[in-house]
Amino acid sequence: MAAPGVIAPSGLGSLIALLRDEGYRVVGPTVRDGVVVHDDLAGVDDLPVGWQDRQGPGTYRLERRDDEALFATAVGPHGPKRELFPPRQHLWEAVSDGDAVFHVVEPPAPDERIAFLGVRPCELAAIGVQDRVLLDGLAADRVYAAHREQVLLIAAECHQPAGTCFCASMGTGPGVVDNDGSVPVARADLAITELLEGEHRLLLRAGSEEGSRLLDAIDHRAATAEDHAARDASLAAATEQMGRHLDVEDVHDLLMGNLSHPRWDEVASRCLACTNCTMVCPTCFCTNVEDTTDLSGERASRDRRWDSCFTIEFSHAGPTSVRTSTRARYRQWLTHKLATWIDQFDTSGCVGCGRCITWCPVGIDLTEEVAAIRASDGRKSTS
Amino acid sequence: MTIAPDLPLRDPLTARPYVVSTIRQQTHDIVTLDVRPAEAPIAFAPGQFDMVYVYGVGEAAISISSDPATPELLSHTIRAIGWVTRALNDLQPGATIGIRGPYGRGWPLDDAEGRDLVIVAGGIGLAPVRPAIMAALAQRDRFNRIALLVGARSPRDLVFRDDLDRWATNPAIDVHVTVDSAVRGWGGRVGVVTKLIPRVPFDPDGATVLTCGPEAMMWHTADALVKRGVDPNHLYVTLERNMRCALGTCGHCQLGPVFVCRDGPVFAWPEVSGLLEEREL
Ligand SMILES: Cc1cc2nc3c(=O)[nH]c(=O)nc-3n(C[C@H](O)[C@H](O)[C@H](O)COP(=O)(O)OP(=O)(O)OC[C@H]3O[C@@H](n4cnc5c(N)ncnc54)[C@H](O)[C@@H]3O)c2cc1C
Ligand code: SF4
Ligand code: SF4
Repeated sequence: MAAPGVIAPSGLGSLIALLRDEGYRVVGPTVRDGVVVHDDLAGVDDLPVGWQDRQGPGTYRLERRDDEALFATAVGPHGPKRELFPPRQHLWEAVSDGDAVFHVVEPPAPDERIAFLGVRPCELAAIGVQDRVLLDGLAADRVYAAHREQVLLIAAECHQPAGTCFCASMGTGPGVVDNDGSVPVARADLAITELLEGEHRLLLRAGSEEGSRLLDAIDHRAATAEDHAARDASLAAATEQMGRHLDVEDVHDLLMGNLSHPRWDEVASRCLACTNCTMVCPTCFCTNVEDTTDLSGERASRDRRWDSCFTIEFSHAGPTSVRTSTRARYRQWLTHKLATWIDQFDTSGCVGCGRCITWCPVGIDLTEEVAAIRASDGRKSTS
Repeated sequence: MTIAPDLPLRDPLTARPYVVSTIRQQTHDIVTLDVRPAEAPIAFAPGQFDMVYVYGVGEAAISISSDPATPELLSHTIRAIGWVTRALNDLQPGATIGIRGPYGRGWPLDDAEGRDLVIVAGGIGLAPVRPAIMAALAQRDRFNRIALLVGARSPRDLVFRDDLDRWATNPAIDVHVTVDSAVRGWGGRVGVVTKLIPRVPFDPDGATVLTCGPEAMMWHTADALVKRGVDPNHLYVTLERNMRCALGTCGHCQLGPVFVCRDGPVFAWPEVSGLLEEREL
């Protein structure tokens, strides 16, 4: 494995160029319409150079910095899930042979080499969680597996967490977490630490043979003890600055033991059941299937698209839906993320990225909801 | 028939083509479709279900209602209540449907080995237990008594009447049928199925019970059985939830920690009674 190296910020341009030459689509954070989104990167200038975000419950704003930092914005609404498990996926098609007879045609497996650049540590954790859900279940998901096999992950550690971040509580950041098998974290091929103190530079650490090869292929100098110390200091400062905190101690039993807590009614009076939180969450995996027939009636397509447990149709079964009230739907979402996910996949379903807090139109904050339930834990009075 | 039998089907979400061979009208809104695979038949266990696809309309989870000894002829018994199930009721012989499966954990016949096997079915609930009855009769020696308790709203809502008539004269199985409300000409019992439970001869201490019907019926059945002394750990139910994938990844069928498709649909009563008790879980 190549030893850690250091490059100037502009050096990232040669890495992007190299990847593109090799046939990778390079996807990463870029500013569009005042928000950091995920899109194709052609060079360093496409990154959010000199920007920083201000995120809070229901608010997101970009601000100029007085330096040229590349990775001073935290996560935006998009993440690698958009490419690995797209919002809409074609499953298969039934082709009519006349007389109510048909045959089935499957699309080819997706074949696209994507290099994600600037993947946040919490997103590596989210990919690790999705791997458990979509690869390790009854049958590996074909679309996800095909994308996942070819993907290259170039992480960027966080030195500037947003106001809604709580990865430190979830053990997923702000630095890249080692995959020691205890928590499902996708392995980064290459990890970037942006160092702003003193000379503006990027520390690169390889995590795989592929990452090692790439590091060897670009101009760099060897990292010094000073660089590593600067990284430690940067991550320690980022941990200090974490915008939010979630006490995960006993959270499974806390929530499952409080299914009748009055807080569910209270949060339901604010929640619009708009589905935003589920659409931005990097671990949410629920889907629905749509059937459409072309105008001639000769081809019937099946497509899968992201679904949300906040819709009333989601739990339709029998004469009505199981979860008709917003109370039940919010409770389903939160208990799934933080409690039953552990039963199902032996990991939390929340990686602490804070997206659901930022993009909730009414600023509902799951860390606050859990704290409120904890503050008046119904189990204490009953048991 | 122009079905492409040699297509490489790789995706677990892709249906395989089956041909509808016969259609049996069970009630005014329930049919049984007998289908034959265009490819090699796939073995299934009693209580398992398939995802059944109708051209251009969509898929529905449907229990397999035929004999597991003959997987080359699969039956599904379907009540028309929505888009897919209505379209399935409107098919003609010769039509292609798509099927993927079988899915889920079926009835635990092994649990009933050396014990009394009691089966309680409400309405169309007879369909998912029918393969278990057939399998049990085929291995009759493994069980002590076998009792079947069937309830329906009215005589015209009874499904598999041929089977019921046949089994009624078979000494290997003790059949009891009741309807909520009778019509002229009905000579059988009247009343809800749970009323039969205190009367049917079986040994509550040594009985394994399989129950299938609407959720409310399963609650009342469980109550009546437990009152009679049946150990809830030997009482099994099958649950219905919205299902889109049947693989535990679409998220729709969750009941607390449980994925009904993957962990069920058959559950021992104590596994789910607490969860079902929690309103809107
Ligand atoms: C494991 C499992 C096994 C099943 N086995 C069978 C079976 O053997 N035979 C069978 O007929 N059905 C069975 N079902 C139920 C069947 O899957 C649903 O009835 C079907 O999915 C409805 O699809 P649809 O497109 O026809 O209805 P939709 O168009 O999706 O729904 C139309 C309307 O029907 C209502 N509806 C939806 N589902 C049900 C329901 N289950 N009961 C009453 N109303 C409903 C909805 O509220 C909606 O208003 C099973 C379900 C599960 C989960
Ligand atoms: S639940 Fe919220 S904070 Fe947790 S991973 Fe999902 S979007 Fe991020
Ligand atoms: S919690 Fe917020 S984002 Fe989620 S559904 Fe409710 S209103 Fe929408």
